[in-house]
Amino acid sequence: MPELKYLIFLGCVVPYRISSYEISARKVLDKLGVELVEMPEFNCCGFPLDPVNHDAMLALAARNLCLAEQQNLDIMALCNGCFSILNHVNKDLKEDKKLREKVNGYLKEIGMEFKGAITVKHLVHVLAEEVGFEKIKGTIQKPLNPLRVAQHIGCHIPRPAKYADSDDPENPTILKNLIRATGAECLDYMDETECCGNPIIGINSQIPLQLARDKLNHVKAVGAQALITVCPFCHMMFDLHQSRIERAFNETFNIPVLHYTQLLGLAMGFSPDELGFKELRVDSTKILNELGF
Amino acid sequence: MSEAKETQKKELGEEAVIKVSEMDPRFKYKISKIPGAEKIMLCFQCGTCTADCPVARFSDSYRPRKLLRMTQLGLKNRVLKSDVIWLCASCFTCVDHCPQDVGIASIIRALRNLAVKEENMPIVYRELASTILKTGYAYKIPELRLRKREEQGLPLLPKPNIKSVTKLFDITGVSKLIEKESA
Repeated sequence: MPELKYLIFLGCVVPYRISSYEISARKVLDKLGVELVEMPEFNCCGFPLDPVNHDAMLALAARNLCLAEQQNLDIMALCNGCFSILNHVNKDLKEDKKLREKVNGYLKEIGMEFKGAITVKHLVHVLAEEVGFEKIKGTIQKPLNPLRVAQHIGCHIPRPAKYADSDDPENPTILKNLIRATGAECLDYMDETECCGNPIIGINSQIPLQLARDKLNHVKAVGAQALITVCPFCHMMFDLHQSRIERAFNETFNIPVLHYTQLLGLAMGFSPDELGFKELRVDSTKILNELGF
Repeated sequence: MSEAKETQKKELGEEAVIKVSEMDPRFKYKISKIPGAEKIMLCFQCGTCTADCPVARFSDSYRPRKLLRMTQLGLKNRVLKSDVIWLCASCFTCVDHCPQDVGIASIIRALRNLAVKEENMPIVYRELASTILKTGYAYKIPELRLRKREEQGLPLLPKPNIKSVTKLFDITGVSKLIEKESA
């Protein structure tokens, strides 16, 4: 029986349009001996409902947590938004008795009760803290040595600091270290911790495009050949919207945006096709050729 | 007056003069009773939130410091009817940097929740909420995608439990909000 076993929380946007993340995540986790169990009957994490009705967000998130408790398994989320909401609610419900009573009042109506028996992790936590760098390095067959990349971890893994267990929100290193484990170089750039802007794109598209443009400019300025993300929303902002940003500001970036699991997968020896590279919008042929794929 | 200033005024529902009669002195107390917004009165207007806010850098109107002051002053209608409260990207930079630990992001969330009750609910949120109610997910995942999962060797997407989601929407009052908005 494998040592590490998690309920995979896919969330909504990954199955909706970012399958390359799921495909590559499943490939690399399998290689690392992490067993994934599908989460039955899960619903939206609750994130989009928080601005509308905080209690509804709590109830939806708590229902997901209860589903995991029933299986007695920890949750592993791929999306920063899902991780953030499920982790916050899990911690708050464990610590705040009054809040737990209120939410359990809602859950009683659907025959559930929050007990506080599991923990919530993001993929990067599972990789860096549970699998460990040694084991990851042991699976590398094709070190990505000449490649120079930059990372965008997104806001909802390291912030707010109160809920982030280990990393420094002003200088998050978890993803940088994971990138270095593949043999690729991870470059520092200006305003690395800034938001991608995606959460408000449905309200105002101009501000997010400007934010993402700024970041892409800074990534380009240090000579990074690709940008590495671990959140489907951040990925959409930089990959899906990159051509829109180029048109809006009359600039050219051509910066491929890879999910970390795609980068790791390449280093493990998987082919770009096996890792869903065809699903990416920004052409990554140049770096793949350089790496000998 | 510059165009930016004009937009800012419009978005915050600002008139040049604030009338005392516009201020609801109980508003800040009402807000401070909402979980997560308890520390509204601790804001001493240092402006760190606005200075460090990535959205404020590119917006002419979104200023978290100002929204907090308006809330403290009790400018209830101006705050709850404004478009500006919907511009927070919830990146939590202000939460981590605030020297008073005010919890600005959750105060903005509390303001949004109240605004929704006063029928200020952006279409995008109404759509997200109603899609969750209908499908369990925030986006309607097309049949084509579901079929493609098989080709890609991905497991079937678990069937959501719409009955449970509907029940939670009903008891927390979201179902009513969606009905009211679409009526």
